[in-house]
Amino acid sequence: MSVIDDHETPDHGMTARQMAFFRFRRNPLAVIGALIVLSVVIMAVFAPWIAPSPESAGSFVNFRNRHAPPSWDNLMGTDNVGRDVFSRVIYGYRVSLGLVVGVLGVAVPFGVILGLVAGYFGGWTETIVMRFTDIMLALPPLAMALAITAVLSPNLVNAMIAITLLWWTWHTRLIYRIVKGQMNEDYVEAARVAGASHMHILFRELLPNCISAVAVKVSLDAGFVILFGASLSFLGLGIQPPTPDLGTMVATGSEYLPEMWWQAIMPGLAILYAILGFNLLGDGLRDMLDVEL
Amino acid sequence: MFIYLFRRALTLLLVLLGLAVLIFIIARIVPGDPARIALGPMATAEQVTELQNEMGLNDSYPKQLWTYLSGLAQGDLGKSLLTSRPVMDDIRAALPATLELVLFTIILQITVSIPLGVMAAVYRNTWVDNVLRVVSLIGVVTPGFVLAIMLQLVAAYYLGFFPITGRLDGGIDFSADVTGLLLIDGTLAGRFDVVTDAARHLFLPSIALAAAGIGQVMRITRTAMIEVASRDFVEASRAYGIPERVVTCRYMLRVASVAPLTILGLEFASLIGNAFIVEFVFSWPGIASYGVRTILQKDLNAVIGVVLVSGVFFVVANLAIDILLGVLDPRHRLRAGRDT
Repeated sequence: MSVIDDHETPDHGMTARQMAFFRFRRNPLAVIGALIVLSVVIMAVFAPWIAPSPESAGSFVNFRNRHAPPSWDNLMGTDNVGRDVFSRVIYGYRVSLGLVVGVLGVAVPFGVILGLVAGYFGGWTETIVMRFTDIMLALPPLAMALAITAVLSPNLVNAMIAITLLWWTWHTRLIYRIVKGQMNEDYVEAARVAGASHMHILFRELLPNCISAVAVKVSLDAGFVILFGASLSFLGLGIQPPTPDLGTMVATGSEYLPEMWWQAIMPGLAILYAILGFNLLGDGLRDMLDVEL
Repeated sequence: MFIYLFRRALTLLLVLLGLAVLIFIIARIVPGDPARIALGPMATAEQVTELQNEMGLNDSYPKQLWTYLSGLAQGDLGKSLLTSRPVMDDIRAALPATLELVLFTIILQITVSIPLGVMAAVYRNTWVDNVLRVVSLIGVVTPGFVLAIMLQLVAAYYLGFFPITGRLDGGIDFSADVTGLLLIDGTLAGRFDVVTDAARHLFLPSIALAAAGIGQVMRITRTAMIEVASRDFVEASRAYGIPERVVTCRYMLRVASVAPLTILGLEFASLIGNAFIVEFVFSWPGIASYGVRTILQKDLNAVIGVVLVSGVFFVVANLAIDILLGVLDPRHRLRAGRDT
């Protein structure tokens, strides 16, 4: 539905997509971000083949090698029962990315549809949806998630439910604002005059105009979901051992500070690395697709 | 302006009411009987029934909701099962510690992030800007608890200057009765040993808490300043021969401060939430520590109280920032009046 011809931009001889990709490549930080995210995804997917000691992911015990400092054999050292921290970090990414997919896979479609509906129909639909969103936004997220997981008993699925319940609101707000801005555009009016159904206008006309904003938001969100999940686990209210989770590893490791610093700091840096990647990627996409959040 | 304030206050009340009802619903729809959870698996059926009656769990839902809401209106949050004191008293005891931490943090954020953001904009695309960009990025992406542990490790264990946990050294005998904030009460009482010790204890937790916001606000200040720099009035003021410093710090910053202030407001509101982590790491005796403890003990009344108090804080902080923006930028008042 864009006015600019998708195939020819006279001055550069590039398609719009090539232009966007060109802008992305010219931005070194964005490329670094994309590479970091790629490396995290590869580690998570191929964990059993990449981890030097896959048995460390479970409740494996090797007391003879406990508290070993970083070395060539154990790049990030070993933990209090002799498991390889590096291997556990790789499996930890698996858990973190699983959480991201689970949360965003539900929260984003839900939030986007509510935002579309509220912005498009207006009236009392808008009032109810947006007021409800406001109330949900007024809940302190971490305290809420803590309360929910605590009452439901802490584990991966409940952490996922708790985060999802709070996450959709941001997408509703974002899409609502975009749709409000689009409602006066000619193409919406044209579709309506042409007799298009509500479903058509919502999902074939308005939604494509929101996709780039959603893409940027999802990329930035991914980092924050990882952070959120790790924070819950750090407090002991998220994923439970022996499942390797980065937040839990930091919490357990911090009992051995300052002498065995690697047990807390290495998983901590691993979290930082993943969040950094998603952040840089999100910023790069924002510049590339030229959206305002 | 008056109508604007009235509207905002009304919305605030509605949101608070919604919040209270929502929390009630969440607390009631969760599986499991709060009385049974609180007493643990060893309790007898009579004990459970007795506690159920005491907590009013056998009344109808509308009646429970009414009891709960009318209690709230009088500042009654029920009794904590953990400390067997009214939740309100527990919160009142823990709140000053958190407030002191949060206020100190927000002051740190404002005094660090806005000047640095202005600096990045003034020296844009030089090495200063690049260094500041990296600093702000690190601030944004470092998880609070990781930073907290690193700070403990480096500043406390190795340098040994900053205390790692708590609010005040055990050896100092002082009770803050006026405002509950050690820095203020210490100053009022002329106890400067208290003030310096409290400040030393505050330093690391507040850095851990402030970092993310500092990074974010720096970026936004920079963008806003650069955007304002291209406006005509800036050129005009320069043409009048007004010193560069005045143009930047007074004229440009006033216009550019709207965006960073909005973010600071949101940030301020979320600080109580983030304080959960930081208080946990530094054993800070605040409301978040109380919250984590009661959550682990499944002390439902106390949990509701903590969530509600942080929700109120969140909403009020947003309102305050809205009013401030209205003062700074009259257009914001008009927009807010028309909006939804």
